[in-house]
Amino acid sequence: MSEQRVVNILFCGVGGQGVLKAAEIAGLVALRAGYAVRKSEVHGMSQRGGSVESHVRFGPAVHSPLIPEGAADFVVCFDAAEGAKYRHMLKKDGVHFGPFLPLVRQQGIEPRYENTFFLGLLSRYLPLPRDAWLHALEQAFPRAQAENRRCFLLGAEMDAGRLKAEG
Amino acid sequence: MLNAAALNMKTTTAPQRELLSGDEAVARGAWEAGLKVAASYPGTPATEILEALALYSEVDAQWSVNEKVAFEVAYGAALGGARSLMACKHVGLNVAMDPLMTAAYTGINAGLVVVVADDPGLHSSQNEQDTRWVSRYAKLPLVEPADPAEAREYVQAAFEISEQFDTPVLLRLTTRVAHSKQDVAVGERAVRPNRPFQRDAAKYVMVPAHAAARHRAVEDRLVRLRAFAEKTPLNRVELRDRALGFVTAGVAYLYIRETFPEASVLKLGFSYPFCDQKIRDFARLVNELVVVEELDPFLEDHLRGLGLTFKARHPSFQLGELRPEHLPAIVRGEAKPAKPFPARRPVLCSGCAHRAVFSVLRDLQLTVTGDIGCYTLGAAPPLASVHTCLCMGAGFTVHEGLRRALPGDRRIVGVMGDSTFIHSGITGLINAVYNRMPGVLLILDNATTAMTGAQPHPATGRTLRDEPTRTLVLEDLCRACGAEHVDVVDAKDTAALKQLLQQRLEERALTVIIARSPCWQLVRTKAGAPEFKPELCQACYECLEIDCPAISKSEDGLIKIDIARCTGCNLCVERCAYEALIPRRA
Ligand SMILES: Cc1ncc(C[n+]2csc(CCOP(=O)(O)OP(=O)(O)O)c2C)c(N)n1
Repeated sequence: MSEQRVVNILFCGVGGQGVLKAAEIAGLVALRAGYAVRKSEVHGMSQRGGSVESHVRFGPAVHSPLIPEGAADFVVCFDAAEGAKYRHMLKKDGVHFGPFLPLVRQQGIEPRYENTFFLGLLSRYLPLPRDAWLHALEQAFPRAQAENRRCFLLGAEMDAGRLKAEG
Repeated sequence: MLNAAALNMKTTTAPQRELLSGDEAVARGAWEAGLKVAASYPGTPATEILEALALYSEVDAQWSVNEKVAFEVAYGAALGGARSLMACKHVGLNVAMDPLMTAAYTGINAGLVVVVADDPGLHSSQNEQDTRWVSRYAKLPLVEPADPAEAREYVQAAFEISEQFDTPVLLRLTTRVAHSKQDVAVGERAVRPNRPFQRDAAKYVMVPAHAAARHRAVEDRLVRLRAFAEKTPLNRVELRDRALGFVTAGVAYLYIRETFPEASVLKLGFSYPFCDQKIRDFARLVNELVVVEELDPFLEDHLRGLGLTFKARHPSFQLGELRPEHLPAIVRGEAKPAKPFPARRPVLCSGCAHRAVFSVLRDLQLTVTGDIGCYTLGAAPPLASVHTCLCMGAGFTVHEGLRRALPGDRRIVGVMGDSTFIHSGITGLINAVYNRMPGVLLILDNATTAMTGAQPHPATGRTLRDEPTRTLVLEDLCRACGAEHVDVVDAKDTAALKQLLQQRLEERALTVIIARSPCWQLVRTKAGAPEFKPELCQACYECLEIDCPAISKSEDGLIKIDIARCTGCNLCVERCAYEALIPRRA
C-alpha cells in the first residue's frame, strides 16, 4: 500500500460495452493490493443499451460508495457522449479518457477488448502492481486470455508521447 | 446473467476478505447464520441475493412463482424449525403483504428474515415507495445496513432478533447498498440444529379468537422491542464535534461521513421500533440536530412526534435518491439540486423478438394494456405501442376494465411476458373467461425472465440451480383456464402475427396468442447485416420506426447500419418499401 488518500475512478458508457466488468476488475486489483475498496453500480433496466456507470474508490479507508461531484480522479468513458456528461464529476487536475477514445481504432482494438485496453491505460496512473492486473484479467476472462493480455499491455506500455498528443 | 449451476458450488473454507455486493453480503451473512431455506422472485435490485445463495449447497434455495408464494414457503420453513429467508424488491413485498401482515401475529419458530430492496431514484422500478413504513404498519422490527459489511452482520443479527422476539424481521436495502461492493471480512457457517416443530393452533391458526389474542402478543412484543432498540449496538452513537449532529440510517450515513467527517452521528441500524431515549439523549448532546434520510420523512415524522427541534431536509429531497454532494445543501436547508444530465434511455436489444411484435401492434394502431418486463420498452417512441403499465399482472386485468368502460372498442389488446403471466397474469385470464369478457391477450414468451437478467421460471423447465423440472406448458394452461382459442406463433413472423391478430380481433371470443421466440441474450445468434443500397433510399425513415439500436440516421441524411450491433433479424428490411435494404444471404 502506498496511496494515502482515496483514489476515485468513474467508469461510464452504454449497456453492453463491458463497463461493469472493467470496474469489477479495477476493484479486485485494488483489493488484492491491500486497499479498502468501495464500488457502486446499477443493474437492471439501464443495461438494455442505456447509460451505465460504475464508481470505484480505494484507499486506506473509504466511506461513500458514490464519488462526490467534482472528486473523480479519472473518468474512464467508453463512449464520447456519455463521457462528456460526466465532466462535472472530474477533479480539476483529473484525467478524462474522452481524448483516448480514438486510440481504440488507431490500435485496431476489437470492441470486446476495449475495456481491457482502457484498463491498461488506467493502470499507468495507479499504484497497483502489474502482476495483480494480469492475474485479475486472467480470472475475469478465462477465454481469450492471450488477446486480453495483449490489449492490456498495449494500453499499459503505449508511448507516453502518444497519450500526451491525444490528451 | 449469472447461472448458478455453471459456477462451481462454493466450498466451506472461505478466504478472509471478499469484494461483495450488498446482495452477496446478505447471502453470505445468512449462510453463516445457518440459513436453510430461501425463496424469492427476481426483482432489481434484490435479484442477486438468491443467485448468490444458490451457490451454497447447504441452502435449499428457489425462484418461486411470485413473492407471496416465496414468503409463504419461507414462513412455512421457519415454522418447521429451519432458519429461512425471503427476498424481493420493494414492490414485490406489496404482493406478499397479505401473509406478511398475519405472520406478524403468528410469529415464527426458527428465524425468518424478509429482505426488501427499495429503489430510490427509480433506476429500474415502476415506483419509488419507501418500504420502511411497512415496519410500522405490520408492527415488525426493521434493520437497515449502510453497506455490504453491515449487510452481512445485520442479517445475522436479524436472525437472532427474529428468534429472540418470535417475529419475522424486515431487513431493508436500497439500490446503493444492494448494488455497491465493498471488501468484506467473511466468517464460517454456524452449525445449528433445527428447532422442533410443534403444533400450536392458538398460535398458528389465525381464526378470530386466536388472532385477537395474538394481536395482544404483537403489542406486547413491540414494547419489548422498544426496550431492545435502546440497548442494541445496531443503534450507534458516534460522538465527535458536537456543533453538528446527524440522525440517519442506511447509506445516508456514509454520505455524512464523507462530507462531514467531524460531525457527530446517531446511526440507526435498528430503525423500527424507534429508540426514543437514545434519540433524545443524542439531541441534547449536540448544538444543531439534522435528520438525513432518503425518500419519505420516516425519521423526521417520528422525531417531530417526540417534540424535538431539528433541521429537516427541504421537501424536494423526498423525491429521488440522495448523493454525497447533497449533504451540504441539506444542512443549509436548501432545495435539492437538479440532476446534472439525463441518462440515455434504454432500448430493446437488437435482435429482440419483442420489437417485431410491437411493430405489428403499432401498425394495427391497437390500444395496448401492457405490463412490466423488457417489453415495457415498447412504450417509448417511436414504437409507442404500450399504453398502460401499472404492476405485474395488470396487462390482462386492465384490458378487461378498459373494455368494460369502452364496450364498443374492440381494438384493445392485453400484453404481458411469460414470467409475468405465471407470476400474476393467470388470475386475470381466468377472470376474463369467468366474467365472459371477449378479447385478445398476448403472452410474449421469450423463455426467460429477461428484464432482471434472465432467470428461469416454471415454463422454462429449469430451476434456480438449473436443475431440470417439469415444464409448465403455457398453451395447455391457457386452454385449461378456458380461453376459446390459443394460438402459438413465431414472434418474429410479423406477417403471420398480423394476419392472426386481425382475424381474432374480429371474433367475439376470448383468445390467447402466445408469441414465442427466445430472448436474444440467451441465443446470441447473428446473421449478416442487410445490405444498404443508398441509391434506392428515399429517406422515409420507416426503418427507424422499429427503434432498433443498430440502425440510425446517417450524416448524409440517409440511414446507416451498425454492423457490430446488427443481428441480421431483417425487421428493418420488412419495413423498406423501396428495396434499399436487401437481406444478406447466409
Ligand atoms: C411485483 C414485482 N416483482 C418483480 C418485479 C421485477 N420485474 C420487473 S419485470 C419482471 C419480469 C419480466 O419477465 P417477463 O414477463 O418474462 O418479461 P421479459 O422481461 O422477459 O420480456 C420482473 C421480475 C416487479 N416489477 N414487480
